[in-house]
Parts: sequence; structure tokens; C-alpha cells
Amino acid sequence: MTRTTQANWSDSYTKKQKLFNHQKYNRMAIIVYAESHEGKYKKAAFEAISYAKIIADQSGESVTAIAINPTDSSEILYKYGASKVLKINSELLKNFSPGAYAKVIAELNDGDTIVLPATADASSFAPILALKSGFSLVTNLISAPKNLSPFTAERKSFSGKGIQTVQVNEGGKVLTILQNAYGTKENPVDGNEETVSISLNDSDVKEKVIKVEQLSTDKIDLKDAEIVVSGGRGMKDPENWGTIEELSDLLGAATACSKPVADMGWRPHSEHVGQTGKAISPNLYIAIGISGAIQHLAGVNSSKTIVVINSDAEAPFFKSADYGIVGDAFEVLPKLIEEVKKFKGV
Amino acid sequence: MKILVCISSVPDTTAKINFTPDGKSLDKSGVQFVINPHDEYCLTRAVQLQETQGAVVTVITVGDVSVEPVMRKALAIGANDAIRVNADSKDGLFVATQIAKAAKDGGYDIILAGRESIDFNGAEVPGFVAGMLDYPFINGCVGLKVEENSVEAIRETDSGKETITATLPVIIGGQNGLVEDSELKIPNMRGIMSARTKPLNVVEPEQSTSKISVSGYQKPTERGSVKMIDKDNPGELVRLLHEEAKVI
Repeated sequence: MTRTTQANWSDSYTKKQKLFNHQKYNRMAIIVYAESHEGKYKKAAFEAISYAKIIADQSGESVTAIAINPTDSSEILYKYGASKVLKINSELLKNFSPGAYAKVIAELNDGDTIVLPATADASSFAPILALKSGFSLVTNLISAPKNLSPFTAERKSFSGKGIQTVQVNEGGKVLTILQNAYGTKENPVDGNEETVSISLNDSDVKEKVIKVEQLSTDKIDLKDAEIVVSGGRGMKDPENWGTIEELSDLLGAATACSKPVADMGWRPHSEHVGQTGKAISPNLYIAIGISGAIQHLAGVNSSKTIVVINSDAEAPFFKSADYGIVGDAFEVLPKLIEEVKKFKGV
Repeated sequence: MKILVCISSVPDTTAKINFTPDGKSLDKSGVQFVINPHDEYCLTRAVQLQETQGAVVTVITVGDVSVEPVMRKALAIGANDAIRVNADSKDGLFVATQIAKAAKDGGYDIILAGRESIDFNGAEVPGFVAGMLDYPFINGCVGLKVEENSVEAIRETDSGKETITATLPVIIGGQNGLVEDSELKIPNMRGIMSARTKPLNVVEPEQSTSKISVSGYQKPTERGSVKMIDKDNPGELVRLLHEEAKVI
């Protein structure tokens, strides 16, 4: 989308005036949705801003972050490259509503690129936002764009078993960035914030949240986590999860599990990682007592480093691991915990 | 109560994925196709609502004739009838355009679609349909109850769960957890026989203009070989994770 050029532009304009007008009227911003949870910005928001900033630096644009009901200071968004933060404070947006969130972001957008984190919320409103803006939608991007004109980038496909390269041939675009894929990159800029008012009615919020259940607040968001400790059937009993939790606490990690473990009710479904559960790509994935079925691998194989601990030396997971220990989890884990304590000095 | 369940035909979850030599498409040789798992949870919930609350369940798939076996399976599981939109499912926007049209024409109360397909991982279709029809939209659902004129759904968020109500008609993006795996239905002989005679209507597509194109596919880079560590020396693992992998 290009802005309409000023009708009264004429040759008598000096270069300087043209440049001024260019900056005033044509310098568009890349819009980023800076997602927060209970007012605090999520790591996924910093990742989306970092991604937008690489596009902005190449196209000569700036990055504007839109934040809904934030309580965190905007400073942290400037650190990743947002030079403007538009804050919306609205009781109507207190709970998530895909249509209402899409509406306010579409209204504030004045450029041709909108970058969103691929969180549960933003992934839900991304298609509606694309329709409202008349933009194309490209989801789950995994790396920096290969080209800006036409916009070409790689995205996840076949549940991590493949990489698809997509091209946007014309017009604006809404992009979602897979968590823990491109990552964050600090790029401090001078920024300013503005509280904006929005036009929203009760009827724009079509879904009514009647109950919210939070995971305990000391739990780390699985999709954002840099380290994940995961247990499978080899843990034998839900009672044995204490060691997994102890190791994960020591490493500041999130806990996860394989599908059979969730299906048996040993652990909640929200912890299930794999093809039909959550797909994750932490820096470090430690799989304990998980054999490594192809469906499990699909959800975790984009982890940067994989450690497999399994009593069965033939477990297929070893073939997809960086480090492996063949041994009984009940013997190896306590020793590993001691070593991690020594390393951490606790 | 009329329910439309959107079904995508995808490679089996155990399938090894390879691409054609030109890198332009999936190499389908030796690949078995199944109902997209997230769609199957949706279908199963819909069939439960048929059994307990008298819902009429229609499945819809966008695809050429090769998707019909997967649609027959959906009918064998218990859907009443099926609509096949006779076109290549070229992208999420195109598929959603077809579904939105069918949903509007058929006057469905609930449109159920898997949160994402396990092949293209677009996670676009339910949201696009919601946007096109301007219906309430609850995505990532792990629970669904239907009342007279409304639904009560449980949505999984990144940090927990929310219970949400919305009035019909509504779009539900379902996922693993909407029903338990133990509730998934394996078609019995009677189901398979009756599926043969259930209506499978073929309709021609609506036009939609897409401005995106797929340049190609590749497989992710393979991991190097695994480094094995003695089970009595986990200190070595900690050292390697710190010094070599630099992840702790």
C-alpha cells in the first residue's frame, strides 16, 4: 500500500522539501503487536520487534509497537528497535477477543507490513487482521527474510519435517514469527510512547470470557522457554515427576511430556509436545524416558540442542540427539541434578 | 443444530516427508493420507453432539477426487453427509473462502475446524472463516458444550485456560484435548458400509485471489552425530552443554 502523493507537489520543490515531505508523509512504519500477559511484555513480543527491525533497517522504515493494556515500561520495546509505542488502555480488551484485537490493530496500521508473534492469541487474530487490512498472511516464519521485494521468507511446514519458502507477490502482508526461531536481537533506538484512543463497542467483542485458569505463576511458558525438560513413559509413574521438576527448576526450564504421558493423564495436555501437541524450539531440550516416535520428533526437532536420556540404547531418539546417555532415568537423574547443582553453585 | 466440520487430508503422522526433485511439492509416493488429527478431534466432538443432542454433522473438504477416501472415513466415523469442493487446496485463504460460502449457504450453527493442519501448519483457515463471516471465534479449544443458542468452550492459551461463551453461529478452532484420544472413533463395519451410501456432494469452487506463492520446499538440515556420554559421568554432560553447546 502506498500513500497518495501530495497533489500539489511540483518541480519547484527543493530537494530538502521533498525529503521533508517524504519523511513526513511517506515514511511508513512497520507495525508490531507487542503481546503482553497480565501487563508484562512477552519474550515473543521482543522477537517480533527484532524481526520487524531487520525489515525496517533494509526498507528505511521505522518500527511502531502496539501494546494493549501494558503495565511494563515502553523502554524495553525501544531496546529491541521500536521507536514508537502506541498504548491502548481498554476495559473491552481486558480479555482476548480475536475480532476486537484485529479491529484495533487494523485501525492503527498505516503501513504495509504487520508483524505478530505466533502466540496462541496473535495466531488467532492474524487471519482476521489480514482480511480487515486487505493484506496477505504468512504464518510461522522461522528465519530472517531472504528478500524484501518481493518479500520472500522461510516458514515451518510438515510439522517441522519440511521448510517452505513463500513469496508475497504484491500488496501488504501480515507475518507471524514462530517463537524461539528467529530469536531476539537488541537494537536500541530512541523511542517515544503515545496513548491512543480507539473506537470499539461492546458488539465488537463477540466472545465472553467467564473464567480464567492460569498455570502457577512460577511456571515458565513452554513455547517461550529456552530450556525444556521433558519426560515420557520411561518415567513409569506420575509420582516420579519430582526429579524432572527439580532439574527443570535448577535450569530455569519449563517442563513438558510426551503424548502417551498426557493421554494417560499423568501430566496435563498443555504440557504435551509433539506433532499434535505444542511445537517448541528451545535452545536445549532434555528428553528423559522418551523413545522418540516420529510424531514426538516433529514437535521438538527444531530445538537447537537435544539431550536424550534413555535406558534403551536402541531408542530411535538417539539418532536425532546431540548428546545421549544410555541409562536408567532413576539412576542418571539424581546424579545429573547433583552435577547441575555443583555447576550452578547451589 | 447443524455442524460443519472442516477436514483436511494430510500425510499420516508417521509419514517420512520427502519433496519432489524440483523441490516444488510433496513427494506423495508411499505416503498414506489421513484426516488431519486436529480435525479428527473436531469431528469426534461433532459426532458426540449428534449422538447426545441430535446435531446434524456435515464434513467439508477442499480437494480433488483423491481426498474422497479420507472423506468416506469421516462419514464412517459418523458424519451425516459430506461436501467436496472440487479444487486444489492451494492456500488457507482459498480454502476458507470455500468453507465460508458453504457455511453461509447451509446455515450452519457451528463450524468446527482443526487449529492447524499438520502439513502446511498455516493455522489460518478457522480465523479466515471467522473474519469472512464475522462470527464469534474461539480457537485452540480443548472443551466444547452446546446450549440452545450458545456455546461454552474452553480455550488453551499460552499461559493456561479460559472458559468462553459465545452465541451461535460460531467458529471453533479445535485441537488435541477437545476429546480424549480414547474417545476417537474407529469406524466399525456398519459405519463403513453406511458411509458408502451417505451423500458426498461435489461442488465447484468460488474464485479467490491470492497474492502469495510457494517458491519451494526443503528438508531441515540434519543434526550431526550424537555424542554419547557415560551414565556414571553426567558431569561431562553438564560440561559439554556449557562449553560446547553453550546452552547453559
